[in-house]
Amino acid sequence: MIPLSYYLVLSGILFVCGVLGFLIKRNIITIFMSIELMLNGVNLSFVAFAAQWHALSGQVFVFFVMVVAAAEAAVGLAIIIAVYRTRETLNVDRVNLLKL
Amino acid sequence: MTPNPYLWLVPILPLAGAAINGFLGRRSSKKSISAVALVFCGAAFAMALFLAAGFSSTQAPYYFDLAHWIRSGSFQVDFSFYLDQLSLVMLLVVTGVGFLIHIYSVGYMWDDDGYYRFMSYLNLFMFFMLTLVLAKNYLVMFIGWEGVGLASYLLIGFWFTKDSAAAAGKKAFIVNRIGDFGFLIALFLIINHFHSLDFPTVFQAVAPLTSETAGAGFLTAIGLLLMVGAAGKSAQIPLYVWLPDAMEGPTPVSALIHAATMVTAGVYMVARSHVIFERAPMALTVVAIIGTLTALFAATIGIAQTDIKKVLAYSTVSQLGYMFMACGVGAFSAGIFHLMTHAFFKGLLFLAAGSVIHGVGGEQDMRKMGGLRQYMPVTFVTMGIATLAIAGIPPFAGFWSKDEILWQAFGTSWVYWLIGVITAFITSFYMFRLMYMTFGGEYRGSASDPGHSAHGHAAHGHDAHGHGHGDPHESPWVMLGPLVILAVLSVFGGFVGHGNRFEHFLAPVFQQGANVIAQETSDAGKSTEYLLMVISISVAGLGWLLAWLLYSRRPQLPARIAASLGGLYQAVVHKYYVDEIYAAVFVKPLIEGSTTILWHGVDQDVIDATVNNSATAAREVSDAARQMQSGNLRSYAGWVAAGGAVVIAYMVWMGVTH
Repeated sequence: MIPLSYYLVLSGILFVCGVLGFLIKRNIITIFMSIELMLNGVNLSFVAFAAQWHALSGQVFVFFVMVVAAAEAAVGLAIIIAVYRTRETLNVDRVNLLKL
Repeated sequence: MTPNPYLWLVPILPLAGAAINGFLGRRSSKKSISAVALVFCGAAFAMALFLAAGFSSTQAPYYFDLAHWIRSGSFQVDFSFYLDQLSLVMLLVVTGVGFLIHIYSVGYMWDDDGYYRFMSYLNLFMFFMLTLVLAKNYLVMFIGWEGVGLASYLLIGFWFTKDSAAAAGKKAFIVNRIGDFGFLIALFLIINHFHSLDFPTVFQAVAPLTSETAGAGFLTAIGLLLMVGAAGKSAQIPLYVWLPDAMEGPTPVSALIHAATMVTAGVYMVARSHVIFERAPMALTVVAIIGTLTALFAATIGIAQTDIKKVLAYSTVSQLGYMFMACGVGAFSAGIFHLMTHAFFKGLLFLAAGSVIHGVGGEQDMRKMGGLRQYMPVTFVTMGIATLAIAGIPPFAGFWSKDEILWQAFGTSWVYWLIGVITAFITSFYMFRLMYMTFGGEYRGSASDPGHSAHGHAAHGHDAHGHGHGDPHESPWVMLGPLVILAVLSVFGGFVGHGNRFEHFLAPVFQQGANVIAQETSDAGKSTEYLLMVISISVAGLGWLLAWLLYSRRPQLPARIAASLGGLYQAVVHKYYVDEIYAAVFVKPLIEGSTTILWHGVDQDVIDATVNNSATAAREVSDAARQMQSGNLRSYAGWVAAGGAVVIAYMVWMGVTH
C-alpha cells in the first residue's frame, strides 16, 4: 500500500502549483485552471485521509467541493466570456478599470 | 427690619430707560432719546426722594426680597434689596448727581453721532450703581460691582475709533479684574465661614467674634481681600493707574463715574463691611496706610499735569485716599461724609471742566487756555466755588468733611494727620493753579485757528460740533443749570455735617456691633480740634497764595523752578514712571511669557502639534495601506495568498503551542 505521506506530498505539490500559477500567469483561463488545480489538490488530501482512516466523511466532502467547483466554473466562465467581449483580451493586467 | 416693596423700583427704572434707548434709540429722534433717558433717571431720583421722605430711623433698615436666586442646601442667595442710613445717603448722591449729569449730558453730547448709545450706557450705569448700593447681600452687590465696571468700560471707550480711548477702556477693565479677584476670594471666605452672603446674617455672625489683635485670622484675610477689591474700584495704590487714563471718556462720564459715584463704590463697600474691618485691626491699618499714601502720592502728580482733566483725575484719586484714610482710622461716617461732599464738588469740577473744553473747542491743555473768566463767567464762578470747596476753605462743603477726617485721623496717629495736611496744601495749590491757568491771564489759544482739530484732543468728538469755534464761548443753559445746582450743593452740602448731625444719622449703621473702636475721641479736647482746624485752613490758604504767586503774579517762575528741580520734576511729570514700571514688571513679562510659552510652546507645539501630527500619521498609514488596493488582479491574488499563509501559519503555531 502506498503510504499516506506520498498522497499528501503530491497534494501539496498540486496545491503549490495552483498557487504559483494563480500568481504568475496572466491569462485569465490559466488562472481559472490554477484555482481548479488547488481545489483538486485539496480533494486529493481529503480522499487520502478518508481511505487511511476508513471515514466516509472525507469523500462526502470531496463531492461537495466538486459541486461547488462545477458551479464556480459555470459562473466563472460566463464572467470570462463577458470580459472577453468587452475588453477583447484575456490578460488580467489589462483588466484594470478599478485601478487608481 | 421693615419690608418696603418700592425698593426694587429704584434700580429697575434706569434699566428700562437703558433698554428702550439701547434697542430703539437708533431710529428715534434725539428729543425722544433725551426724554426717555431723563424721565427714567429722574423717576429713579424721585423714587429715592420718596424713600427718603418715608425713611424713619426706628423702622430702618428696610428690605425687599424680589426673587430667589441660588438655593443650594442651607445656603441661599436672593435678589434682595436693603435700605439703611448708609445706603440712603449713597442712593440720594447717586440718583441726585446722576440726574444732574444726565441733564448736562444732553447739552454736552447733543452733537455726537452716538448720542442714543451714550444715553443708554448712562442709564445702564445708573441701574448697576443703584443695584450695588441697594444690595442686601454681597452677591447682588457684586452684580452691581461688575456692572458698573462694564458701564465704565463702555463709556471710557465710548469713542472707540480712537486707539487711546479703546486702550484706556481695556486698561480700566483689566486693572479692575485684579481687584475683583480679591473681592471674589473674600466672598468665598465669607461663604466658607458664615454660610451666607446676606449682610445682616454675616454681620450678626461676625459681631460676637473678638478682635483679631494678637494675630491675623480669617477676618483679617477677608478684610485685606475686600480692600484689594476696593483698591481696584476706587483707584488706590497700587491699582490706581486706570483712573487717569479713564479720562479718555466723555467728560460727563468722568464726572459721573470716575469722580462722583462709581469710584466711591470701594469706600462704600469698606464702610458697609465695617463690622468685619473693626475686628481686623491689621486690615484696617492697611486701609489707612494705603489711603494716606495714595492721597499724598496722587496729589503730587497732580501738580505737574497740564491736561485739565488729568489734574482732576489725580485729584480724585487723592480725595479717595482721604476717604480710605477715614475708614482706616475707623471714622467711617467721616469717610462717607467726604464721599458725599466730594461727589458734589468733584462732579461740579468735572462738569465745569467739560464746559471749558466745550467752550474752547475740544482743547484740554491748560497751557492753551487762560483768560476764560471773561468769556465764561458762570463756569468760572461755579468752578471757583468747587475749587474753594475741594481746597478746604470754610464754609464750603469740602472743608467740613476734610476737617472731620483730619480730626479723626489725628485721634489715631499724628502721622496720618500730618500727611493729610500736606496733601491738603498740595490739593489747594494744584487746584488754584488750575484756576489761574484756565481762567486767569490772557487767552493763549488761537481763537480763529480753523485747524484746532490738529491738536489731537479735538478728535475727542468735539470737532463734530456744528458751530465753528471762534472765540471761547459760554455753554448753553442745559449744561450750566447742573453746574449751578451742584455749586449750591458744594456751598451748603457741608452744613449737613455741622454738629456731628451726619455722624449721628449714620450711627445706627456704624455702631451696630461697634464695640471695638470708640467713635468719639473727646479726650483730645475742643481746643485741639480748633487748633487743627486753623492749621488746615491756613495750609489751604498757603496753597492758594503759592498758586497765585506762581501762576498769576510771576508766571515765568514755574518754568525756572521746574528747570532747577531737574530730575525730580521730570519724575513727577511722568507720574513717577509707574505706568512704565508696571509695563516692565507685569505687562511685558506676561506678554512675552504668553507668546513664547503659552502661544508658541503650549498652543502651537503641544495642542496644535498633537492634532496635526495625529492627522499626518493617519494619512501616512493610510497611504501605505492603500498600496494593497492596487486594482491589479494578480496583486490581489498575492494578498489573498499572503493572508492565507499568515492564517495557516498562525493556526499551525497555535496548534503547536497547545
